[in-house]
Amino acid sequence: MSLSEPTQRQISAEIAAAHESAATTSRHHPARDFAPYRGTLLRHPHQVPIPLTDDPEAAERTGPVFGVTDVTGLDADLTRQHPGEPLGERITVTGRVLDRVGRPVRGQLVEIWQANASGRYAHQRDQHPAPLDPGFTGAGRCLTDDQGRYRFTTIKPGAYPWRNHLNAWRPGHIHFSVFGTHFTQRLITQMYFPGDPLLPYDPILQSVTDPAARARLVAEYRHELSTPERALGYHWDIVLDGPTATLPDPEDHR
Amino acid sequence: MILPTPAQTIGPFYGYALPFPGGADIAPRGHSQVVTVHGSVRDGGGDPVPDALLESWQTVPRPGPGSMRRDPVNGGFAGRNGVDFTGFGRVATDADGHWAIRTLAPPATAPYLALCVFARGLTHHLFTRAYLVRPTEDRLLSTLPPDRARTLMATGDGERTYRFDIHLQGEKETVFLDFRHH
Repeated sequence: MSLSEPTQRQISAEIAAAHESAATTSRHHPARDFAPYRGTLLRHPHQVPIPLTDDPEAAERTGPVFGVTDVTGLDADLTRQHPGEPLGERITVTGRVLDRVGRPVRGQLVEIWQANASGRYAHQRDQHPAPLDPGFTGAGRCLTDDQGRYRFTTIKPGAYPWRNHLNAWRPGHIHFSVFGTHFTQRLITQMYFPGDPLLPYDPILQSVTDPAARARLVAEYRHELSTPERALGYHWDIVLDGPTATLPDPEDHR
Repeated sequence: MILPTPAQTIGPFYGYALPFPGGADIAPRGHSQVVTVHGSVRDGGGDPVPDALLESWQTVPRPGPGSMRRDPVNGGFAGRNGVDFTGFGRVATDADGHWAIRTLAPPATAPYLALCVFARGLTHHLFTRAYLVRPTEDRLLSTLPPDRARTLMATGDGERTYRFDIHLQGEKETVFLDFRHH
């Protein structure tokens, strides 16, 4: 490790300064040029994206619809994808996928991926010296039901170090990929766990400069979702962004 | 209106979860009308981005019930069903930042592939369009200065093959699109 590597104290000061300067704007999505997350430096566009909200012919206004052949019954329970039981704390994660008007997003694909209980991904390039778990790969998928609900059984992911700065640790998180009724509602995000002491230190979570928006990335523990002798329950709703002038939902006119 | 869930980076370690066999074969293999679109993703330093994921979407007349085949033993993706054209493709860049998809040419009314770019270091995905031909009228292209519009045009690169490079930052920066309404 080089001596010039920034410390957590420096990165935390940069996060505080970035939040201060963004405090007057209400931003639902993270800053693209969030310097405390060093990976953004060479990868954020300098030009402002061109707004394109008024073209009813745009191909992006339709979206991928996924069918029953795109998932199988094993996909939503990540603890049953291998012969052995995985290590760690078994959890259920469930919630609804909604559009910004609050309508359920039905029949769409929700995909998740995550590290194991020790904080290691089943990815050859993750060389963090934590044990791999032969009973856990950490990838799952399901289709939302008629109420827009998704549900996964998995293992609570562990924290892990990364090389953004000296002593950088990512809080436990589950990556989510979600579609909508438009391609413009496409979302990839991360779900965090309540009470995780690493949340304030993480430049990726903190790239969302609005505290209320950040809070929407943290799931809620719900005891009634916990199952006896089996799993702890977390609830997390996902709201997809997109143009407000949405096409009418054909389901509304039945 | 309810408030949206913020986006977060895809990170570098999605490779065992999101890509699937046949993800780049949007048109069934052997279809006589297949076009290949390929290119690279580069960062502001001109370096290839080896951990990007691209998704491609185009209008489909008849959405099918899904186009995947699944392994009956482990439930894993066994590839496309080889019959349906769903319009949706997903491809990861390789070690030199290159990608390629095989699809059917989009209709003359909207002669582009809608692309969505994800990568480590992108806190929020980026939308762009790869136009395979220049339409006579286009709401987007007509508003852009010629040098910017050029970044959205794929160039012929052999028979039924097009090249479309994506530059995340810098002099050749690709035009990216915003569909949100603030």
